[in-house]
Amino acid sequence: MPELLEIRDLRISATTYPPGGRPLQVTIVEGISFDLARGKVLGLIGESGAGKSTIGLSSMAYGRGDIRITGGSVRLEGKELLSASPREIRRIRGARVCYVAQSAAAAFNPAHRLMRQVIEASVRHRLMTEAEARARAVELFRTLGLPDPETFGDRYPHQVSGGQLQRAMTAMALCPRPELIVFDEPTTALDVTTQLDVLAAIKHAIRETGVAALYISHDLAVVAQVADDILVLRHGKMVEMGPVGQVIRDPHAAYTRDLLDAQETGKPETAANAETVLKAEGVRAGYGSGPDVVCDISFALPRGQTLAIVGESGSGKSSLARVLTGLLPARAGKITFAGTALPPRLGQRNRDTLRRMQLIYQIADTALNPRQTVGEIIGRPLAFYGGLRGKAGRARVVELLEQIEMGEQFIDRYPAELSGGQKQRVAIARALAAEPEVILCDEPTSALDPLVAKGVLELLLKLQREKALSYVFITHDIAIVRAIADSVAVMRNGKMVRYGPRSTVLAPPFDDYTDLLLKSVPQMQPGWLETAIAGRKLAAAGN
Amino acid sequence: MNALRLPLSAWIGLCGIAVFAFCALFAPLISPHAPDAVMGGVWQAPDRTYLLGLDNLGRDLMSRMIYGARTTLAVALTATVAAFVMGVVLSFLAAACGGIVDMVLSRINDVMMSLPTLIFALVVLAILPQNVFVLISVMAVLGATRVFRLGRAVAMDIAVMEYTEAARLRGEGVWWIVRREFLPNTLSPLLAEFGLRFSFAVLFLSTLSFLGLGIQPPAADWGGMVKENKDGIIFGVSAALIPGGAIAVLTICVNLVTDWILRRTSSLKGGRGDA
Repeated sequence: MPELLEIRDLRISATTYPPGGRPLQVTIVEGISFDLARGKVLGLIGESGAGKSTIGLSSMAYGRGDIRITGGSVRLEGKELLSASPREIRRIRGARVCYVAQSAAAAFNPAHRLMRQVIEASVRHRLMTEAEARARAVELFRTLGLPDPETFGDRYPHQVSGGQLQRAMTAMALCPRPELIVFDEPTTALDVTTQLDVLAAIKHAIRETGVAALYISHDLAVVAQVADDILVLRHGKMVEMGPVGQVIRDPHAAYTRDLLDAQETGKPETAANAETVLKAEGVRAGYGSGPDVVCDISFALPRGQTLAIVGESGSGKSSLARVLTGLLPARAGKITFAGTALPPRLGQRNRDTLRRMQLIYQIADTALNPRQTVGEIIGRPLAFYGGLRGKAGRARVVELLEQIEMGEQFIDRYPAELSGGQKQRVAIARALAAEPEVILCDEPTSALDPLVAKGVLELLLKLQREKALSYVFITHDIAIVRAIADSVAVMRNGKMVRYGPRSTVLAPPFDDYTDLLLKSVPQMQPGWLETAIAGRKLAAAGN
Repeated sequence: MNALRLPLSAWIGLCGIAVFAFCALFAPLISPHAPDAVMGGVWQAPDRTYLLGLDNLGRDLMSRMIYGARTTLAVALTATVAAFVMGVVLSFLAAACGGIVDMVLSRINDVMMSLPTLIFALVVLAILPQNVFVLISVMAVLGATRVFRLGRAVAMDIAVMEYTEAARLRGEGVWWIVRREFLPNTLSPLLAEFGLRFSFAVLFLSTLSFLGLGIQPPAADWGGMVKENKDGIIFGVSAALIPGGAIAVLTICVNLVTDWILRRTSSLKGGRGDA
């Protein structure tokens, strides 16, 4: 009997349109072969652009946009999909092979109730009657741990949380009793505490229904918790494939070892004996006439050190950064910057104050003007604050490019011609060009691949050593906090629930929320997921 | 090499515009006769001397077409440029300053847009002295309201981008933000709109001339020429169709070129989809 899914020597091409050039055929996936047995879960792992999603979708004989499957074979129970007629393919998609997308919010139609969308494929494919499909959906809602399974389907997508929506989407995929589900980064967009619940629900549902799955993720620890086997991809080629335990404990390929080590960077904690450069006392702020989103925040950041602000989305950590920059004026409280009180509004601060505090954004794509070259982007603060123009300005830009480990050849490029990590480095150089004392980093590495993120973090640490920079580092990633912070503030619902030196904040005894955050960070070792779910003191609210 | 990659449609458009522009620039040199001299009989049929025949007063249609190109293009172009300068500057200011500035400018614009264009133009032109300056001003103000709407919409998208926020945090002034952050990033929709607005300006000018409020006789312009020769259609004389056809060809050519510019510049953006 043939395996459920057999992929042999898969080759996928895409058409690209280089600016000003002729359309180009490029091979994005090459030489992929694997088998997937019934009821097994294969984890596809790799950086963005490694071809994970493309391979996942090829199991439904689907290519996004200009993507074409140009060679090899994809067999579902021995049946070749690549030569199947569109009619046959249609009968397979949504019935025997289903897909769970990364962003459930974008995958649900906001105008229809959840139930209707969850059962749609099953009913349309005439796999079951509407009543049967409803009954199955309710059962799946229960399996996935959704609240009020009987009535959950009557809600609209905007009435449930992100984690619940992701589980509803899993229910939608499971409803027609498929043989294979493709999970495309289903928990990547979720908070760490929510991710844990959704992950556990997905794992439970896979085991209950006996469905096989391709689980795509860039997070090795997440894949290690749900998959039986792991396939490591890089640049569209197979790097390594094997059972989870072997890949994690005894990786054969150097690239896999790099991925495993990606989190290991950092510096020892330094004692807070330097003078205080940035200090907040009882700061409150909110949007419009709404409630305070930042309540009563106080901290002190010594020169040359890093304060990590950690919390889930909606905890007010980015709003706090906006308060510090003056974009969101504080309603009350006092911010002191290098000994002088900082006016709450951006417009009231003078140019020199603005220069000394810089901000690095999470997404470098939107933080760099696409119509300015790297030289213009980095050169502007030099000209604006220091009056450095022409030859001298250019020389300084080159110097900065070297500091961010890039070099002169990038000076005339546009942001579109840079990789994600390079863009973030340019954003760092733009901040550096102002010669600041404090840099606010708003999740600067969370949109980057693990290895690239590690490089950017190491760059930030190096710059801190060389220039005695102080960082306010906003993140949701405890691993980063462990690596780089000197002091840590844990935020929840706009309040600071825990604050102190790293060694105290990340050591027991914990308050319930910090405990929840720490226990939710995915770990590699097998069985962690079950232990973590069992050992929580506090259930994550509303997901 | 670069020119060879132009799509056929853009070539056609560019050639058409070049021919019209050539006529407009060198009208006195290439026109065979004076545009306002009576040469022969009313609606005399085309022959070797008068390639397109004569018009309703016996003037050479070919010469009037060539001089008409000059008037029509110059007035429409000036009005469109003025409309863009006004519309873009005000809309970018509204987007960059926000708050009360945005509110006041936008509401004034809404009021202007709620008046039917043609009625507004007819009333104003009937009151004010009929000269080219007033004509261009009226067309520019009316065009600017449409440009303002588009300009504000596209600039708002850029105003919320983090690179604009980064410029504000740096302490940059409104003028720098408008010039260096907004303008380069809104250029492609604005260029496309420019082509479209220019076509509309030609049509609008022709409409006004046809109604007798645009370019005043004896000066030649295409809309006016359609009006002068429209009665000939009853007698089977096609003289009115020639300026009408020229208006159609010009607007199509301009649109072919703007379509191409829009495609080209949007692919320059890098980023998503087609790049």
